[in-house]
Amino acid sequence: MHTRGTVVVFALRGAACFLLPFNGKTPPMSVLGDVRTRPVAEIVPARKPGRVVTAVLALAAVGWLVHAAATGLDWGVVARYFTATAVVDGLVTTLWLTAVTLVLGFLLGVVLATFRLSGNPVLSALGWGYVWLFRSVPLIVQLLFWFNFGAGISPLLAAVIGLTLHEAAYAAEIVRGGILSVDAGQVEAARALGFGRVRVLRRIVLPQAMRAIVPAAGNLLIGTLKGTSIVSVLAVQDLLHSVQLIYARTYEVIPLLVVATVWYVIVTSLLSLAQHHVERYFARGVRS
Amino acid sequence: MIEIRDVHKSFGTTEVLRGVDLSVPAGSVTCVIGPSGSGKSTLLRVLNHLERLDAGEVEIDGELIGYRRHRGKLHELPDRVVQRQRAAIGFVFQNFNLFGHLTALENVAEAPIGVLGVPKDVAVQRGRALIARVGLAGREGAYPSELSGGQQQRIAIARALAMEPKVLLFDEPTSALDPELVGEVLDVLRDLAAAGQTMVVVTHEIGFAREVADTVVFLDAGQVVESGPPSTVLVAPSHPRTREFLARVL
Repeated sequence: MHTRGTVVVFALRGAACFLLPFNGKTPPMSVLGDVRTRPVAEIVPARKPGRVVTAVLALAAVGWLVHAAATGLDWGVVARYFTATAVVDGLVTTLWLTAVTLVLGFLLGVVLATFRLSGNPVLSALGWGYVWLFRSVPLIVQLLFWFNFGAGISPLLAAVIGLTLHEAAYAAEIVRGGILSVDAGQVEAARALGFGRVRVLRRIVLPQAMRAIVPAAGNLLIGTLKGTSIVSVLAVQDLLHSVQLIYARTYEVIPLLVVATVWYVIVTSLLSLAQHHVERYFARGVRS
Repeated sequence: MIEIRDVHKSFGTTEVLRGVDLSVPAGSVTCVIGPSGSGKSTLLRVLNHLERLDAGEVEIDGELIGYRRHRGKLHELPDRVVQRQRAAIGFVFQNFNLFGHLTALENVAEAPIGVLGVPKDVAVQRGRALIARVGLAGREGAYPSELSGGQQQRIAIARALAMEPKVLLFDEPTSALDPELVGEVLDVLRDLAAAGQTMVVVTHEIGFAREVADTVVFLDAGQVVESGPPSTVLVAPSHPRTREFLARVL
């Protein structure tokens, strides 16, 4: 105990020589020979006058925008419709459409990624071909295809199919990238313990791949949330279509688009927050 | 316990193993030494079918590994059977390869639960005992990234032991360690040897081989140049290539 105390005091004194401004006296102990003989000069960082100018300009621009939004917009209308039944119903449709697309898209994406990485050349080509095709076709074109496919496909079903198939192509690439980021030694160690292929993937590779998958998947999820607004062309009553129906009647276009925008921003913010926590969970065991 | 007969293995046009024969009795420690690129690691990896054979056969405890003999041909076994065989062959890697997302205890208990179907509480209890056996009691909850290299390798050994393997294979278990951490891992190997565990150790630690090995095998250019007790192979080698190698590493 006694020795440890001495060491601490000593360390503090040592640190003090470097942290405190030099007062002209010889420091108690120094490793730098020069410090003993020459007084230490104060260090002045370079001035950056340009910074002040750009900051003022940027703030002015933001201030003008806020002012324009506050005075030019009828916030009474926004408030009136913000929690209107039709709008909330539309929001709920958007949310569950996003959730279903995410879950189904990633399930299919994992299958496609394992196809692509499989030793079977046919499966591998199939995985590649799927991603190639569905990344090439614009989402709206695909939605119109399913919408006009014929009997038995309601607009909502067309929306779910189209969004899921589109999502799966991107999810497959994200999952594949995640799997490739896991060290091959992890697979080898698991195989050497007698793990089967599926168990290696499920218990060892995917949990570690999640670290690379989650940030990209969060991006994709937020993209999907906003992407669901495209289904309004199929007359599916999502958030955007709901406000469109209202302003078609009342002509209050801008306030109602603001209603939709604010909801999208709120949900996106919540998703970003959730992503942060999920990332922290999957970073366990990794030295930061 | 292990019978290796005329094993050949090529990667592309490079023939890495050129007719290796080796016999490892139960309860013995065999150290495989040799220059890098001599095929030591490949030899170890064919023993649990991490690498396919081009010719020859490997038998462990009377069972052909990775293949089944049928009408004079060797047919590769389905994954399921190979997995069962691997479960009985412990493998310790140069780079530890602990599962990064699992704690030390989870690393040790994962395979007994998932592969052997041991009940979780039993596997956890045995896992704790094994971690204590390699001298790391108290670190059960640590993630691999929180352990030193020597500690990671000792957990990796505990993980292999948890499967109660017939044989334990070590692929340069101390080569990735800082010099001051080599001793703690070799101590664990010594204990295992003393407990009668059948082991094959690919190593550059000549001192360890001299002290612990029952048999030392000198492998060069994919062939067994010389094998026998350490007192012969390491002290009075009969082959000039062995002498040359030892002169370089000692």
